[in-house]
Amino acid sequence: MSSGLGNISWRAVRVWQRNWTVYCATWLINFLAPILEPLLFLLAFGVGLGRLVPSVAYGGLEIPYRVFIMPGILAVSVMNYAFFETTYASFVRIYFQKTYDAILATPLLLEDVLAGEILWGATKSVLATAIMMVVVSCFGLLVYPAALWLIPAALLGGLAFASLGMIFTGLVGSIDQFNLPIFLLVTPMYLFGGVFFPLESLPDWAVNLAKLLPLTHLVIVMRQLALGRVDASLAGSLAALLVFGAACFVLALYLLRRRLIK
Amino acid sequence: MSAANVVYAEGLTKKFDGLAAVAGIDFQVGRGECFGLLGPNGAGKTTTVRMAACFLPPDGGRLEVFGLPVEAHPRRIKARLGVCSQEDNLDPDLNVLQNLLVYSRYFDIDRRTARVRAEELLGFVGLAGRRASPVLQLSGGMKRRLVIARSLINRPELLILDEPTTGLDPQARHQVWDYILALKAGGTTSLLTTHYMEEAAALCDRIIIMDRGRIVIEGRPAELVRSVVGERVVEITGYDEAEERFLRERQLYFEKTARRLLVFSGRSEESFAEITGRFCRGGCTLRMANLEDVFLKLTGRELKE
Repeated sequence: MSSGLGNISWRAVRVWQRNWTVYCATWLINFLAPILEPLLFLLAFGVGLGRLVPSVAYGGLEIPYRVFIMPGILAVSVMNYAFFETTYASFVRIYFQKTYDAILATPLLLEDVLAGEILWGATKSVLATAIMMVVVSCFGLLVYPAALWLIPAALLGGLAFASLGMIFTGLVGSIDQFNLPIFLLVTPMYLFGGVFFPLESLPDWAVNLAKLLPLTHLVIVMRQLALGRVDASLAGSLAALLVFGAACFVLALYLLRRRLIK
Repeated sequence: MSAANVVYAEGLTKKFDGLAAVAGIDFQVGRGECFGLLGPNGAGKTTTVRMAACFLPPDGGRLEVFGLPVEAHPRRIKARLGVCSQEDNLDPDLNVLQNLLVYSRYFDIDRRTARVRAEELLGFVGLAGRRASPVLQLSGGMKRRLVIARSLINRPELLILDEPTTGLDPQARHQVWDYILALKAGGTTSLLTTHYMEEAAALCDRIIIMDRGRIVIEGRPAELVRSVVGERVVEITGYDEAEERFLRERQLYFEKTARRLLVFSGRSEESFAEITGRFCRGGCTLRMANLEDVFLKLTGRELKE
C-alpha cells in the first residue's frame, strides 16, 4: 500500500458521484444561498456603500464600485464553498459519519477518496459561481464572452482552496478548531485580498504582502476575466494559484494518510 | 500457501506506537469455512481483520488474501471482499436503497445489475418495505441488516464480520446468525470476530482465541470445550473452605468467583457425584460446559482494560 499521487485513480469520480447524489436530493436549498448572496452584496455595496464610493480607479479607468466589487465577491465564494466543503463537511464525513471507512472497504484507496472530495469541493465552487453569474449578469455586471472564463477559473480556485481546507481536516483535533484557520487565514484574505479596494491604492509593502495570499491572485484573475480587461499579470496569478493548489493537494494527501492509516 | 486458503497469515504483526497489537500470529481460513477470532477487548481481533480487509498495513509477517499479498494488491482484494465493520458506517445522507446503489458504484457494478441485486438483498434482510426510509430512522437491528446487505452487493467470496451482533437484541442477533448461516450454506467464506461465545459456537467451524495479540488456542468449538474444560461443569453457590480443600485433594480443576465455585469435569466424571452428594447445601447447578468456560479459563477472569 504505497502512498501518494500514484494511488489516485479514476475511481475518485465515484466519491464525487456520491456527493452529487446527496447534493441533488436537496438542490433547492443548495441553490438558494448562491442566488441570495450576490443580491445581498449588491444591496449593501451598491445601495449602501455605493452612495459614499461612487467609483474606483481600476486599470486606468473609473468604474462604478458595484462593478469593481462583484468579481471579488465571486472569488470569495469560490474560496468559501471549497474551503468549507473540505473542512466542516469532509470532517463530518470522515470522523462522525465514517463515510470514508465504508468506502475504503471497496476497491477505492484513500487517495481516491481525498481526490474525489477535493474535486467535489471545487465543484461546489463552480456551481456557486455559475449560479451567481446568472444573477449578477441580470445587473449587467459581467462582460461576455470573457466572463465565461470565470467557470474554469472557479474550478482552479476551487481545487486550490479545497486542497487547503483538506490540510486542516488532516490537522485539527475537533471540529471547533476550524475556527482557527478561518480566523487567521480565511478572514484576513477576505479583508486584504483586494476584494473591497484596488491593490494599487495600497503602499508597496502592503501590495507585496497581499500577493502572498492565494485569494489575492484569484481576485486578480476573476476581476480581469469578469470585466474583459486581461493584462500580463493574469499569467502570473494563474501560475501562483496552480503552484499553491498543487502544494496544498500533496500536503493534504500526506497528512490524511498519516492520520487515517496507522 | 495452498490454493484452498482464502486467508493465509504467517507471523502477522501489527504495532501501534511500538506496542504490538498483533504479535506474530499464524492462521489460515479455508474456502467455504466460517472462521472465528475470539478474545477479550484489546486482544487484537479487530486489528487482525482490518489488516485482512486492507485497511491497515501489517508491520511484519505475511498476510495473503485470495493468494494475493495485502500490501501489493489492495484494490484487487477489496473488489472480492464484503466487510461489515464494528461501527455503523451506513451513509446517513442517503436512504436505504441509495445506500446499496451508491455502494455498488464503488465496485463498478452497472446500474441495472445493481438495482436487481439491491432489491434482492433488501428482500434477503427483510428491508424491502423500508427502501425509501432515511437511514437515521432505522432501528439498530435494521441498520445492522442493511450493513450486511451492503457488504453483499459485490457478491463477495470472503465476508469479514467484525462483531456483527454487538449491541443487538436477541431477536436481531438470531436473525443475523441466520443470514450468516444461509450465506455459508451458499459457499461464502467468512472471517468473524466476536466476544459472544454462543455466537462462535453457533456459527464457526473453527476458531482461534486471542489474548494480548497472541493466539492462545485454535480448534473446533466443540472439541475445544471437551479438551480444555471437559463435558460438564458444577457450579457451587455459597461454598466454604472444606469444599475448596476437597477439590484440591482430588486435584479437580476449579475456578473461584466472588460467590461461586466452578468445578470442571475434566476426565473424572465420578467425582461429580461425590461433590453433589457432599457439598451443594447452598445450591448446585450441573450444566454442560461451553465455550465461555474455555474462554475464561484461557484468558482469565480479570478485566482487560
